[in-house]
Amino acid sequence: MSPGPFDLPPDWARAAFSPDPNPSFSDLVRRLDPGMLPASEGSTPLAIPHGTTILALRFADGIVMAGDRRATEGFSIADRRMEKVFPADDFSAVAIAGAAGPAVDIVRLLQVELEHYEKLEGDRLSLEGKANRLAQMIKQNFPLAMQGLVVVPLFGGYDLRRAEGRIFRYDAVGGRYEDIDFHATGSGGVHAKASLKKSYRPDLGQADAVRAAIEALVDASDEDAATGGPDLERNIFPIVALVTTLGYSVVPDSELRPVVEAILSQRGRN
Amino acid sequence: MAPMPYYVSPEQMMKDRADYARKGIARGKSIVSVECQPGILIVAENPSETLHKISEIYDRIAFAAVGKYNEFENFRIAGVRLADLRGYSYSREDVTAKSVANAYAQALGGIFTQEIKPFEIEILVAQVGDTPDNDEMYRVLYDGSLQDEQGVVAMGGHAEALMQSMQSGYQPGLDLGAALRLGGEALAAADPERPLRAQVLEVALLDRARPRRAFRRLSDAEVEELLQGGS
Repeated sequence: MSPGPFDLPPDWARAAFSPDPNPSFSDLVRRLDPGMLPASEGSTPLAIPHGTTILALRFADGIVMAGDRRATEGFSIADRRMEKVFPADDFSAVAIAGAAGPAVDIVRLLQVELEHYEKLEGDRLSLEGKANRLAQMIKQNFPLAMQGLVVVPLFGGYDLRRAEGRIFRYDAVGGRYEDIDFHATGSGGVHAKASLKKSYRPDLGQADAVRAAIEALVDASDEDAATGGPDLERNIFPIVALVTTLGYSVVPDSELRPVVEAILSQRGRN
Repeated sequence: MAPMPYYVSPEQMMKDRADYARKGIARGKSIVSVECQPGILIVAENPSETLHKISEIYDRIAFAAVGKYNEFENFRIAGVRLADLRGYSYSREDVTAKSVANAYAQALGGIFTQEIKPFEIEILVAQVGDTPDNDEMYRVLYDGSLQDEQGVVAMGGHAEALMQSMQSGYQPGLDLGAALRLGGEALAAADPERPLRAQVLEVALLDRARPRRAFRRLSDAEVEELLQGGS
């Protein structure tokens, strides 16, 4: 066999063929090359991008998870179109706020971790199992959090065994808490949460839940300098994802636009 | 050191091992694979609902094996680990069936020459492309030899008879139903004692049209309908 440019180190092949029954991908990487895992320590950089407001709420058929598009570096805007909401697998979503670099790394590892488990075991992890796995990954990030690079994700999905949507939030040390109805976090999280508190009802339909999410992000962007509001001129809309029995999907901008226009015109700003 | 009790020539030793592995594989059930319009269809004789012979390795890559379950299960796990490691450290596009098949060939070759007992397994690694022309199928034999296959593949018991009957009925661009009937009927003809029923078949498709993870298992009901003439 002639080694091509992407041929694997020999200890990878040895580890792959070892009879170790552990179905965890991150444990496998830790054993082989811990440098490939999301960074867990380092000196505090002067300025790196930070993601700002994310939120999630439950509705009749599942959950809505949404995030604004702004990333900041100190007082500068680092990115106007950052994506903070991702599919973790077919039936769960994860949103990130805080230090963008480590957060995106943790999401990428979580995605592979869940798919790896599903392929090896022939079955998906339970939603609670996925939420716990994410908690352990945030815990690994603790030394970085101590230096200011805090990663605070929201996780949620459709629990196929219980037939309902569920939402989990985390603190910087990996503590995991289940939220009954809704939660928002990040720099504008306080304002978004106050907004959701007014608009939330347990029997919200999908359209109303999407509207409540966008309204909360608009409220957060009104109060918080680091949260970006919808920008109709530049076609920048929040990312709004749904997880229902049908799986993960993102609401297209074409459907968000009329909702955003209605909200803004109602407030007399359009 | 104990004296060597007798001398066996290397040729004889390899031949004995190859015979042993071949006989073990020929006693087992079979798998056929067909490149068709919707993707790559893999059909296995397998009455078990839970112990799979066909599985997903990565986005566009599937695994299928004949022979001893405990021996090929280890290879399936290794394939998933190697693919996920490669995809995570480089990118998803850099994971190829060829690299997985190569790792299998190296490992099986090593076992064949170094272990007391060769593995009684054969493995198919298939990768679906954007168009049928870009489909790839690799067959790894018990001694680590690696073959690049086109159109149809048959492995396991009655492999030669299966291959002949499949090749005579195969043409490029079959639809899903025709591909399943080609494979299913070949399996039924090769062993008249096993009637062709959805319950004894494990069927999976690397579906060209699916966006990321192409691997999809077909339910018994879906298989039954296709066997009855659906498309």
